[in-house]
Amino acid sequence: MAAFVALVRKDLQLFFGDRRAVILSFAIPIAIASFFGSIFRGSGGDSEPAKIPVAVVDQDGSAISTAIVAGIQNDKNLAVSMPSLAEARSSVQRGRTAVAAIIPPGFGAAAGRAFIARGERPQMEMLFDPSRAAELGMVRGMLTGHVMEAVGREVFNGSQGRDLVDETLRTLDASGMPAAQQETLRNLLQAVQRLNQQAGPSGGAPANVMTVPYTVKESAVVSGNSNVKYNGYAHSFAGMGIQFLLFTAIELGMGILLERERGLWKRFRSAPLSRVMLLAARGMSGTILTLLMLVVSFAFAMVVFRVRIDGSVLGFALVAISCSIMAATFGLLVSALGKTPAATRRVATFAVLIMVMLGGAWVPSFIFPAWLQRITVVIPARWAVDGLDAMTWRGLPLDAAIMPTIVLLGFAALFAALTLSRFRWEET
Amino acid sequence: MLAISSLHKSFGPVAAVNGVSFNVDRGQLVGLLGPNGAGKTTTVSMIAGLVSPDRGAVTIDGVRLSSDTDPVKRRIGLVPQDLALYDELSAGANLRLFGALYGLSGAGLEKAIMTSLTLVGLFDRVRDKVKTYSGGMKRRLNLAAGLLHDPDILLLDEPTVGVDPQSRNAIFDNLEQLKARGKALLYTTHYMEEAERLADRIVVMDHGRVLADDTLAGLRARASAAHGASASLETLFLDLTGRSLRD
Repeated sequence: MAAFVALVRKDLQLFFGDRRAVILSFAIPIAIASFFGSIFRGSGGDSEPAKIPVAVVDQDGSAISTAIVAGIQNDKNLAVSMPSLAEARSSVQRGRTAVAAIIPPGFGAAAGRAFIARGERPQMEMLFDPSRAAELGMVRGMLTGHVMEAVGREVFNGSQGRDLVDETLRTLDASGMPAAQQETLRNLLQAVQRLNQQAGPSGGAPANVMTVPYTVKESAVVSGNSNVKYNGYAHSFAGMGIQFLLFTAIELGMGILLERERGLWKRFRSAPLSRVMLLAARGMSGTILTLLMLVVSFAFAMVVFRVRIDGSVLGFALVAISCSIMAATFGLLVSALGKTPAATRRVATFAVLIMVMLGGAWVPSFIFPAWLQRITVVIPARWAVDGLDAMTWRGLPLDAAIMPTIVLLGFAALFAALTLSRFRWEET
Repeated sequence: MLAISSLHKSFGPVAAVNGVSFNVDRGQLVGLLGPNGAGKTTTVSMIAGLVSPDRGAVTIDGVRLSSDTDPVKRRIGLVPQDLALYDELSAGANLRLFGALYGLSGAGLEKAIMTSLTLVGLFDRVRDKVKTYSGGMKRRLNLAAGLLHDPDILLLDEPTVGVDPQSRNAIFDNLEQLKARGKALLYTTHYMEEAERLADRIVVMDHGRVLADDTLAGLRARASAAHGASASLETLFLDLTGRSLRD
């Protein structure tokens, strides 16, 4: 036991004796997690969420198009500008604007006709930045709502709508529609005419017809405690924490390879110590160091960014400890599979970057396509990040920590078994 | 005390050690001479338990060295060719670690550190980090680390590589003292003059085999018989191992 303790103490002495390593291990993950957190902090924070920059070019100038523009301008999710067509195109091309909506001449009248009869539907052109296709989808959905609302309000309650209804009634006989359908539509349009007249020639009070037939109440489900808001820093500190845990684990593996190069491993092997003890001591020091890193970075996030463990504290501890054990055994595996330190570092760093990218450490895994989400369950970083998320901002109880803990310990057992079978024990 | 009998070790198709046998007695220093690739280090590694022999045995006072955790390993001290030290730690911290590997602790460990560092003349630098040491001082500390647990047998794998004459002389004095205390020393080297100065017996190896195992006087007699009275040990060494360059 004295040998075990001495080996662990040596690793800790070496780590804390190297100020540069300490700074790199503690400060850099905190800095990067803070940066990512500030980007992905979500709408639960105190600051206003980012708006989608949208340009609207109204070439129509009708009552309907004016109402559409007014609706877009009042949308809290959009930052609307009103440039010329050339300016809008240039702005999209330069990436300053995600989407530009071009309302062509005659759009309002054509849209009204299409709304109340069989008129041809007008086309609204949307110029978009291909790197922001997701925002195009959002803007399209929002515009649909604003167009429907503007056209509906105008048809039932506006001067342009009155003219459109009158025009449609006049031309109904020549529409080629079956007689029975013509009669039904005539009755409907005459009812609309009466409704419009009741509202008055100037429009009068807005009629509550043909508006979007529902409102939305947005409730973020993040915790059992309704006062808790989503804190994006919780995810970024989990993700970056895991990434740097694994980087530290690589250093652990490098340490063993360097000890081998420097002949130190000969001293260990010539002493009456078991192989399991030699590796277990390294695993223990790796676990202590990585756990300390995780604790320090989350402590920073709690103090500075008000990240909270809204789930089970015990569950958080279980996931954090199992993450650290997994990372330490990954480091041992690196030492078992690696030959020279330099080559091993390159390969291991690449492996870690892939692992954390697929594990959702950079961006949450729910953004991934479904097939990728299914595949990434074989990535330990995914379980680590999901487990920490569950215990922090998701506010889930202890039972949500059990599966990530078991899976992470399973990965640790697998890495340890592979290490024992592949480690180069003979020293010449 | 230390008996090596019919040791064999192959790495793939290459027989690194091929039936090596010799003994090292108490109070005796045996020089293990051979060119690069002769099998010296592999032989020492098998004695130290770093490499498992394919065949043959290493025994200490008749007890066969077996598993990794064999307590018999406590009777062996290894001074590897590499400077197997942590530069970032002090000499004391290095020796505390290496002593703990052999079960030393507390006052016993501190006394062992003092004794070994005093022997190699480094006790006044016990708190200094190893990276502040000269090459010669590191070599002496490397020796102290092998001696820390007071082993009966000391395996020295080219312990004077790259050191200045003063440090080399100091190491030789240390080894003479250890021999006088009854330690059994096995010393691998390329340098004939080291073997001539220190060794009670010299084992010459090449291609994994023992080519000669005799006292210095016996080997000199063989050299004289072949090349005349002025023939050196080096002449005999080259006769035995050939003059072709080794990688």
